[in-house]
Amino acid sequence: MITVSGLTKTYDAQTVLGPISEHLAVGGLTSLIGPNGAGKSTLLTITGRLAAPDTGQVLLDGLDVHRAKSSEVARRLAVLRQENHVTARVTVRELVGFGRFPHSGGRLRAEDVEHVDRALEFLDLTDLQDRFLDQLSGGQRQRAHVAMVLAQDTGHVLLDEPLNNLDIKHAVRMMGLLRRAADELGRTVVLVVHDINFAAAWSDRIVALRDGRVVASGTPAEMVTPEVLGRVFDTPVRVHVLDGVPTAVYYR
Amino acid sequence: MSDSPALPAAGARAPEVLRRSGSASTRSARPVLRRPRPALRPDLRPVLLGVLALVAVACYLLLFVRGSFAFALERRATAVGAMVVAAFAQGVATVVFQTVTRNRVLTPSIMGFDSLYVLAQTALVVVFGGSVLAATDGLPKLVVQTLVMVAFATLLFRWLFSGRWGDLHVLLLVGVTLGLAFDSLSVFLQRVLSPTDHDVLSVRLFGRLTAVDPATLPLAVLVCAGAGVVVWRRRHRLDVLQLGRDTATGLGLDHRRELTVALVAVSVLVASSTALVGPMTFFGFLVAALARQLAGTHRHAVLLPTAFALGVLTLVGGQFVLEHIFYASGMLTVVVEFTGGLLFIALLLRKRSL
Repeated sequence: MITVSGLTKTYDAQTVLGPISEHLAVGGLTSLIGPNGAGKSTLLTITGRLAAPDTGQVLLDGLDVHRAKSSEVARRLAVLRQENHVTARVTVRELVGFGRFPHSGGRLRAEDVEHVDRALEFLDLTDLQDRFLDQLSGGQRQRAHVAMVLAQDTGHVLLDEPLNNLDIKHAVRMMGLLRRAADELGRTVVLVVHDINFAAAWSDRIVALRDGRVVASGTPAEMVTPEVLGRVFDTPVRVHVLDGVPTAVYYR
Repeated sequence: MSDSPALPAAGARAPEVLRRSGSASTRSARPVLRRPRPALRPDLRPVLLGVLALVAVACYLLLFVRGSFAFALERRATAVGAMVVAAFAQGVATVVFQTVTRNRVLTPSIMGFDSLYVLAQTALVVVFGGSVLAATDGLPKLVVQTLVMVAFATLLFRWLFSGRWGDLHVLLLVGVTLGLAFDSLSVFLQRVLSPTDHDVLSVRLFGRLTAVDPATLPLAVLVCAGAGVVVWRRRHRLDVLQLGRDTATGLGLDHRRELTVALVAVSVLVASSTALVGPMTFFGFLVAALARQLAGTHRHAVLLPTAFALGVLTLVGGQFVLEHIFYASGMLTVVVEFTGGLLFIALLLRKRSL
């Protein structure tokens, strides 16, 4: 369970976030949606303690992530940012192995190797495991980073736009994998998604941000309606139920 | 290093044992993409280089002795000691510095670390006079001096690398400019010194690889060993730091703290090397660049020993060759700096983006 309370962040006298008080994740898959500049990434970054808030706190099962030891938080919460430029010459397997660092301190034990193998397999990277990151396509690299985050074996996983760089095949598979991570591995997953329909199809809960505040939250059925989406995105949206999933149409 | 050499022909595979400690699984038939020939296991590379370095040391110590063997050995042992300290300090400091700044082109020397040391020394003489420097020789003074320099360097460079200068070209420019500024300030201060003070200072600043005061050697070894232990204990964290601030934080490292510790270690190492053998701008760069190329891995457990062994090999081997084959014993730093400088320019031009 991730709860944020009174969270604000200001850049150059301009409030970009908050105040936000919200149960951000109560289990399952939670998607953050919202227009550009709504503060989705900022919220995720602060929740993942990669940036400090100006006021407020983030509680992870009662643990203040900005006060607690970083290594302690790393065993409970994994976070992946949007851009992950690795300059070092690292293989996929080595990168995923880094995910074990909070547990192993860098020396991989048999148990860690197992986790790495499982994460590689989970993301269909076993064949690519000895390739260097700079020999991969953007989508493969993205999957390698997600594998690292899963190998970290934390109860909570935060992902900033994991569908970036992925074609529809891999985007669908990625959402399916995250769904499985939530269902089978019991992870609580929070992700920033740009595509409303992906969020609607796979999430348990959707949180909509606009101008740095949470404007609505609820199940996909509650959130994917012309009223809510129109308000969040300032764009007329029609919603059709296709295959039992509310689907937003806004292309013209 | 990030650019991959030409891929071998399809199907060209060479056996290589995966070097993951703790993992019993060994995969053979792993495609080798870096080098067409079968690659030596990364763990063995520093061992091989270490053996070569030892051979170089043995050659330098034992061959071409004319006259008293004991006298020659003592003199040469001091020189070897100085070169080993310089190799260790420069090699380790540069690798660590490049890791925490995530840049293969910057080195502490290029960023003005040793210019800062020279300035600190000069300022000390200006403020307290050369007699003070000479009178208060010994451990306490050296420690205080080093501490002051380390504190200043750490603050300055932590500030520089705090993300304020996102552009690396700007960072490089700032570093080079700072180095020049420190140098100019030192030269100016040295002009206003009395001749005696200037003399005392020069002896301290312009070290030579082959003309080292044997008395200062044990201290330098001790300091380097201390810094070495600190760095070695953090070798796994250094691996993680290469992934960048966000990922390192996500994996549970206190990035700011790790950066500070690393920069303190770097300034201690550079200070001891500079104090012993004088400033060397491109030597560290040369060693670190070669080590990253030869080690074939990002792991510091391999990189650091490789850099150290390569440094010893370069300095001692180079000195041996210059002294006994070209009869130009004083030229080693010049040659090393020239080669390093060429490599620096080559890498800059080849990579374009830093």
